[in-house]
Amino acid sequence: MLARFWDSDAVWAFRHSPAAIVAFIVAVLILGGALFAPWLAQSNPYDLTTFSLIDGLLPPVWEEGSDRRFLLGTDDQGRDMVSAILFGARLSLLIGLMAMLIATVLGVGLGLAAGYYGGRFDAIVMRIADVQLALPAILTALLIDGIARGLLPPSSHENLRIVVLTLAIALSLWVNFARTARASTFVERNKEYVQAAMIMGQHPLRVMFWHILPNILGPLLVIMTVDLASAILLEATLSFLGIGLPADSPSLGTLIRIGMQFLLSGEWWILWVPTLFLVALVVSINILGDFLRDVFNPRLR
Amino acid sequence: MVYFILKRLLQSVFVMLAVALLAFSLFRFVGDPVSQMTGVETSVEDRERLREELGLNDPFIAQFARFTGDMLQGDFGFSYRTRQPVAEMIADRIPATLELGTVALIISLIVGIPAGVYTALRPRGFITQTILMTTLVGVSIPTFVIGIMLIFLFGVQLGWLPTFGRGGTVEIGGWTSSLFTIDGWRALILPALTLGVYQLTLTMRLVRAEMMEVLRSDYIRFATARGIPYRRLHFRHALANTMIPVITIIGLQFGGVIAFSIVTESVFQWPGMGLLFLESIRFVDIPVMGVYLVVIAFFFVLVNLLVDMLYIAIDPRLRVKEAA
Repeated sequence: MLARFWDSDAVWAFRHSPAAIVAFIVAVLILGGALFAPWLAQSNPYDLTTFSLIDGLLPPVWEEGSDRRFLLGTDDQGRDMVSAILFGARLSLLIGLMAMLIATVLGVGLGLAAGYYGGRFDAIVMRIADVQLALPAILTALLIDGIARGLLPPSSHENLRIVVLTLAIALSLWVNFARTARASTFVERNKEYVQAAMIMGQHPLRVMFWHILPNILGPLLVIMTVDLASAILLEATLSFLGIGLPADSPSLGTLIRIGMQFLLSGEWWILWVPTLFLVALVVSINILGDFLRDVFNPRLR
Repeated sequence: MVYFILKRLLQSVFVMLAVALLAFSLFRFVGDPVSQMTGVETSVEDRERLREELGLNDPFIAQFARFTGDMLQGDFGFSYRTRQPVAEMIADRIPATLELGTVALIISLIVGIPAGVYTALRPRGFITQTILMTTLVGVSIPTFVIGIMLIFLFGVQLGWLPTFGRGGTVEIGGWTSSLFTIDGWRALILPALTLGVYQLTLTMRLVRAEMMEVLRSDYIRFATARGIPYRRLHFRHALANTMIPVITIIGLQFGGVIAFSIVTESVFQWPGMGLLFLESIRFVDIPVMGVYLVVIAFFFVLVNLLVDMLYIAIDPRLRVKEAA
């Protein structure tokens, strides 16, 4: 079983692509760091009692005037930068993953149904998708966020911030999934195994999710990777613009926004530590996505 | 030909009506306009009277018709936040965003098309691989980080260029332009580069894919067999056929440029429409949000209409199809 896995096509390609291996290691390290942040980090950036103003604005350890306790220095509040980015990545990844999963379920569901039933339902779903495709995701997400602000009472804004943000991102990313799922379903629907299942009188839902879905998973997996990167970028951008998460629960984007205030004053690490961390995360996910696309697209090989 | 243009015009009108409906629904159903205009001490009777005066008790269709009619006459309502007419607020900001977006688009085309052609002609070369890897990293770096990097390098470390605002502007017939002063150009360089880099990678990848597709086609093979020199083959026969999709992306990229100008304008404090939209979201200034959408949609429709007409002008095959 393990040997078969090791010799399979995808794994063989992976073992022979140094870029994919490096990207995989970086992504796993960041994911692990984010997952175990409460145990790895020496202080909790959300808990005011774990850091002190006296330790404020210390540079990373290789610079003069640093403190050995703070590997990458501290910000103006005395927060340890390592702890800040680990907790920040935790939030960024949580929102990114949730948004991507919601977009997957919504998009694949609608795409499968549109491809299976065709006709008017298909036309309506695809028109909506076309309109949304014309608008860049960031504009859609900003708009949904603005509407949510108007609809919700101001008192619940802060509590629901993460939920609103996740939904706004998810609703601006579902189109890719829907289009891909629909196109593949169109092809699969006319194949004999699907026709047979339909003739046997199986429930349409069972045909869609049990028979068709497993056969169109390949391209969807690629989109999931690419959209995870997009979701993380969208969250970072929104937080950077001051529309996303507030400063007391900082994601990577919020940390970069805070760091911008120190751009001119020489405390470069407050800005560059979260920025480089975010870029490393997104670049490694994108390289993995590119790799998967090559593996699943035999035409390119 | 005339029929085609009329059909496209009619479609455009429908798109604009749909966007206007969205903007109107925003205004009507997100938050209550009356409570936005009155204070806490306004009595219930006064509120009701205001509601009646504003026509908020009329049927939905009648209200929407009035809203659209007002818009056609240039009356876009008032901002909840500043109490100024929205039309003025947006008109003030349009030149800044259009100049920034146009310069960014030009950068993306001037660099992106040659790079795309080069990487298509030498798919396995070292330079090609380097360029492709760089663009993959470039796509992964968010726009705002590119902006921060440019500010850090050219604004802070080297101190060559200003990092915020538009610099010196000149007013020409109500259009404030920063394209006529050296100071204005210096202020424009960094934001335009930031906005252009992402579009550049898209242009390059598309031109490359398209060019490779064309190079594989039968007529190019045949032309090669006829012994047409490579230079003529690549630049006259292949490139000409690559240009049609390139025009499409100019139309599509326009949307991207407008959307990402929100981010760029925020990083550089560039006083354009994007910055205004961002402020309107933060303060739930619904009228400004709605009008921004309508204005953006209008530019969008206009650009796509022009692109469609350009197709007919460039591609003789389309003219034949129309005539048949």
